[in-house]
Amino acid sequence: MNIFEQQAHNRRMTAGILALFVALFLFLGLGFDYFYGSFNPVAAPTFEYNDTGYYEARRAGAGSKIPFGTIISLLIGMGMAVNSLLNGPRMVLRSTMARRAVSASEKERQLLNIVAEMATASGLPAPTAYVVPDSDLNAFATGTNPSNSVIAVTEGLLEHLNREELQAVVAHEMSHIRNYDMRLMTVLAGLIGAVALLSDFAGRTFRYGGRRSGSFGGSSSSSGGSGRKGGGGAVVLVFFAIWVVLIILAPLLSRMLAMAISRQREFLADASAAELTRNPLGLVSALEKIRRAVMPTSAINNGVAHMCITDPRGSLIEEKLGFTADVLATHPPMEKRILALKVMAYQAGNPQSA
Amino acid sequence: MTVLAIVLLVLGGWVVFTFNGLVKLRNQVTNAFRQIDVQLKRRHDLIPNLVESVKGEMKFEKETLERVIQARAAAVSAGQGGNTGDILAKEGMLTQALGRLIAISENYPNLKANESVKKLMEELTHTENQISFARQFYNDVVTKFNTDQQVFPTNMFAAMLGFAPAALWELPADSPERENPKVNLTV
Repeated sequence: MNIFEQQAHNRRMTAGILALFVALFLFLGLGFDYFYGSFNPVAAPTFEYNDTGYYEARRAGAGSKIPFGTIISLLIGMGMAVNSLLNGPRMVLRSTMARRAVSASEKERQLLNIVAEMATASGLPAPTAYVVPDSDLNAFATGTNPSNSVIAVTEGLLEHLNREELQAVVAHEMSHIRNYDMRLMTVLAGLIGAVALLSDFAGRTFRYGGRRSGSFGGSSSSSGGSGRKGGGGAVVLVFFAIWVVLIILAPLLSRMLAMAISRQREFLADASAAELTRNPLGLVSALEKIRRAVMPTSAINNGVAHMCITDPRGSLIEEKLGFTADVLATHPPMEKRILALKVMAYQAGNPQSA
Repeated sequence: MTVLAIVLLVLGGWVVFTFNGLVKLRNQVTNAFRQIDVQLKRRHDLIPNLVESVKGEMKFEKETLERVIQARAAAVSAGQGGNTGDILAKEGMLTQALGRLIAISENYPNLKANESVKKLMEELTHTENQISFARQFYNDVVTKFNTDQQVFPTNMFAAMLGFAPAALWELPADSPERENPKVNLTV
């Protein structure tokens, strides 16, 4: 696959996983409201005489059309995520003790120049360049939109990478900004939060008496309630069983889906970086250097792992190609990233190194 | 009647949507072209300083330095002339002359150790990169602009709405930039 095909493929994968995530959330949320709330959009209405002598459809006790649990958990989850989006960049920079790159230092001047070059290549306003005082090799981007974004690299990275490799790393971070990954990951964090809330609601409801009589008081006495049960008690039971299993696994599942998206975005950022510099091999050699420095980046918090060039934990999880890496890592294995980049370089026809 | 109204509304909406999209791209093309100009200007400003600071060390490379100065003068006057083909040719020659200068300067350890020359070399590399990335971005935007005009069914309307394909920034077939810079290492 060439650069553009890889980008298209990654975008499709992201959309697919995101759809799966939303489906999971809706299943859990609407299930919660169906089993524990009074949400039942398909309940048959009852027909009664009204005062003026007409039949009138009534949904007396058959359930509300509004899934309160789903909406409330989504609102709270999104609220927390938006809060982190608005305050995130500042908090991240403070927590990493990052400082502005200054043009007095030779290496930092180069970094400033490279950031300006990548801004030109992507047609975006230049992000502010920061330096993180840490000797490990890592870099991250943050910011809510391209005009207030930040690219930070560690001192170790400035020290060990040559101009070309530094350019590739900055291009990778620029691509995170250009692809709005910060926003995507915020939406994901919101969904994870909402799923966690739902799972918590449900857990408490299990513990404190299951189906509260209050929510069923109306429906059991009305024909609407029996209509719902008449819809197939066995089917409802099966759904309930699936739902219970899913809600128990929900925190793990939502995390796995988010990580899957994070890995796709890393691949996409690699491919976009190659598009910006037209030099996939520069990123290959940068990744190989970063890979050899396996110590953790202690200055960078795990919370921004998905915006880094490599997982700041420095755990060997990214070295593994097996099941764990395919399920729980924030970044794809280095082996796979390098391979994808080499394929791009080969596809580009002339594997130039300059 | 209602059906007809809806069809007309959808069609009109589509035309407006397409038109606005193309206008946006056309402005981006203009802006991207200006960005190349900005970078070329930067390069012209940088060269006198560079030549001044390396000329002491590189007195045996008089010819190379002179070629850079001449190429710069030619590029500046081409820029004032405003003929795109001429600008392309002259800037191409300047790029080649500078590439040769950078390559030769690698032979002078004193130059490489000199702080101010190092700074200038970084600035020069930066400017050269800026120029090529600005061109790359320009070509990307132009490609998108042209593709959007040429796809069906926009191709039937684009010319009617007053859009014309923009030209890619490419080197003339006989451009000196197409040749690899030859460096003679026997000093």
